[in-house]
Amino acid sequence: MTIYAKHALEGLQAEQAEWEREELAATLKARAEEKAEYRTECGIPLKRVYTAADVAHIPLEDIGFPGRYPFTRGPYPTMYRGRPWTIRQVAGFGNPESTNQRYKYMIETGQTGLSTDFDLPTLLGLDSDDPMAFGEVGRVGVSIDSIDDMDRLFEGIDLEKISVSLTINPSAWVIYAMFVAVAERRGYDFTRLTGTLQADPLKEYVAQKEWIYPVRPAVRLLRDLIIHCTNTTPKMNPISLSGYHLSDVGGNAIQEIAFIMAFTIAYCEEVTGAGIDIDDFAPRLSFFFISHQDFFEQICKFRAARRVYARIMAQRFGAKKPESMRLRVHVQTAAMSLTKIEHTNNLMRTAIQALGAVLGGCQSMHTNGLDEAFAIPTEEAMKLAIRTQQIIRDEINVTSVVDPLGGSYFVESLTSEMERQIWEVLEEVDRLGGAVKLVEDGWFQQKLADSAYSTFKLFDTGEKISVGVNSNVDASSSSAEVEIHPYDENCTNLQCLRLKELRATRDTGLVQSLLAELQDQARNEDVNLLPKTIELVKARATLGEICGALRDVWGNYDEPNII
Amino acid sequence: MTTQNNSAPAGTTSSAPQRIRVLVAKLGLDGHDRGAKVVARILRDAGMEVIYSGLYKTPAQVVDAAIQEDVDVIGVSLLSGSHGPLFGALCQQLRDKGAGHVLVVAGGVIPEQDYAGLLESGVNAIVPQEARSELIVTTIRDMVAARGPI
Repeated sequence: MTIYAKHALEGLQAEQAEWEREELAATLKARAEEKAEYRTECGIPLKRVYTAADVAHIPLEDIGFPGRYPFTRGPYPTMYRGRPWTIRQVAGFGNPESTNQRYKYMIETGQTGLSTDFDLPTLLGLDSDDPMAFGEVGRVGVSIDSIDDMDRLFEGIDLEKISVSLTINPSAWVIYAMFVAVAERRGYDFTRLTGTLQADPLKEYVAQKEWIYPVRPAVRLLRDLIIHCTNTTPKMNPISLSGYHLSDVGGNAIQEIAFIMAFTIAYCEEVTGAGIDIDDFAPRLSFFFISHQDFFEQICKFRAARRVYARIMAQRFGAKKPESMRLRVHVQTAAMSLTKIEHTNNLMRTAIQALGAVLGGCQSMHTNGLDEAFAIPTEEAMKLAIRTQQIIRDEINVTSVVDPLGGSYFVESLTSEMERQIWEVLEEVDRLGGAVKLVEDGWFQQKLADSAYSTFKLFDTGEKISVGVNSNVDASSSSAEVEIHPYDENCTNLQCLRLKELRATRDTGLVQSLLAELQDQARNEDVNLLPKTIELVKARATLGEICGALRDVWGNYDEPNII
Repeated sequence: MTTQNNSAPAGTTSSAPQRIRVLVAKLGLDGHDRGAKVVARILRDAGMEVIYSGLYKTPAQVVDAAIQEDVDVIGVSLLSGSHGPLFGALCQQLRDKGAGHVLVVAGGVIPEQDYAGLLESGVNAIVPQEARSELIVTTIRDMVAARGPI
C-alpha cells in the first residue's frame, strides 16, 4: 500500500518538469553546480531534490511503526522517550586496578554503562609473561590473566546494577567464564547480570584481525558460548555483531551491513544446527555499527539494517518472537575520521557523527575522544566525549519524537536503495557458498582491502576531504604535541609477578588434568566447552593456559596473503 | 612532512637505478593491517618490489625476512602503542645480524612525543598518518638514494 494516488503523482511529475524548465534551468544557467554528479560515500547517486515520486513505490508497511516489524523506524515503540541510549564509553589500560579507577571516574561523570577494552595479549589468549606479549601488556587495553584479575577489574562495582560490555573476541569464552565465576564468587544472581560480549569471530578474520584458531573451531566456540549464555545468564548478549570493524578496515556502508548480516546468517545456522530454536537465542543477538561521516547515508544505514535483519530472522529462520527480529545496536563514532592535525576539530566530527547515530536510533554509544588519533584517550578527552552525548540528549530536543526523519522523501528513498543493495550482496554470498567458506577463501578480505585502497586514493586526489589535512590547510598548524595518556611501565612486571604467585599457590595438578579434559572435549564437536572452562578458571587456570591447550588441538589460523 | 634521522648512512655515488625492495611488516600483536596493505599497494604502484609480512611477527622474524629477501627498506605500521619497545628490538637485531644498512620506516599511530626516541633507537624515518601517496613514495626513494647501493 502506498499513500499516493496515481493522478497526484502525475500532477507532481508535471510540476517537477515545469520547475526544471523554469527555476532550475535559470539557476543552472546563472551558476553551474559545483560537481557534475553527487553520490553518497558508498557510491549511490544522489538527486538534486527528492519528491513523493521517489518514495511512491515503497510499501507503507516497509516504513511501518517503531517497535514493530520490520522495525525500520526503531526497535522500540517509545525509543528515547522511554529510555535514552546508554552512554557507554569503552575503557581499558594497564593493570585491572588502573582501569577500575577509570570506570569509577566515568560513572561519576555520568556514564550509564561500562565497556572494557582488553590488551592484545588478553585478546589473543596469551598470558602477560608469554614471549609474544613483549611490549604489549596493558597497552591498548586492560591486562587480564586470571579470575583474580577479573575480580580486581570490577572491584567495588555492582554487576547486578550496571551493564558491562566486554570487547573480547577469540578468547571471549574464557573471559565470559571468568566474568560469571567472579559473579558467583560475589553471590550475584545470574539472571540479573546484564552486558555484552563482542565474540564475533568471522569479522576478526576479515577486519579486526585478532585470531587464534582456524575459522571453524572459532565459530564452534561461539556456538558454545551463545548456547551456554542463553541458558545461564539470560540477560547477557553473547555476541555483538560488529560491522564497525568492517568499516574501520575500509568497508563502505553497504559492505558493513551486508557482510555483518552474512556473518549473522552463518552464526544462526551454526546454533540452529545444534538443535536450538531461533527464538531461544536470537533476542540476545546484538550489533555494533559505526557512525561515519556521510550523515544521511549513515542514518539510512541504521534504518536499512534493521529492516534487513528483521526479514532475515522472520523469513530465513522462521523466527516468531518480535524480539528475535529487533535489531539493537551499539554505535561508535568513526575513529578513521579523526586527525592529528588540528585535533580539536575531532570534537566537531564526533558530535556530528553522534547526532547521526541518535537520529538513526542507536541503543548505546561510544563517542571517540578527541585525542584518539594519538593514543588511547585521557580522562579529560573522555569527559568531553561523555558531555557531547549529554548535550545531544539533554539540550537540543532530538529525543522527543521517534524516528524524526522517517517519511523524508530522501531518507526513505535512500533507506530502500541501501536495503536493495544489501540484499544483492547477501545473494552473492549465498551463491558463492556462504560466509564461512568466503572468509576462508579471503573473499571479504579482498573486497575490504580494495575498498580501503580506493578510499585512500580519493584522499590523494582531494576528492575526499579531510578539513585541515588536505583542504583548508593552515600552514602554521602542525600535528600538536598533545598531552597523551601515559603508559605505566610497571604494568608488565606486576602482571608477571602475579602470574608467578598464582601458579605457586594453586593446585597445578588439578589445572593440568582439567586442561586435558578440555582438550578431549574439544575433539568432540557435540560437547559444549563452557562448563569445563568455568571449572578451569575457578581452579585459577590462566587465560594463556586455556587458550594454549586448545591451540594444541586445533592449531593456529593461517592467514591468506591478501594485499 | 616526514621526520627523518639525519644520521642515516651517507650516500655513495649512485649507479643505475635498481628496483627498490621493501618489506612491509606488522610487528607484535597489532591486527590493524589496513594501512600496511594500502602502503604496500602504493609502493607497488610506484614500481617498487613489495613483500608483505602478514600479522603477528616478532622483531626477529621481520629481521630474518628482511635479510633473506635482501630488502632496502622495512616499513612497519604500528597502531598498538608498543612502537617504543618493538622498534627498539627491531633496530637492535638488525645491527646484531649485520643488517644495519636496511632502512627502517615507521608509520601508524605514533605520537610526536615518541619521535625522538624512535629515531634514536635507529628508525630512519617516521611517516605521519595523514601522509599521501607521494610523500610515502618520495620518502623511501630519497632515503634509499641517500644511502646508495650496498
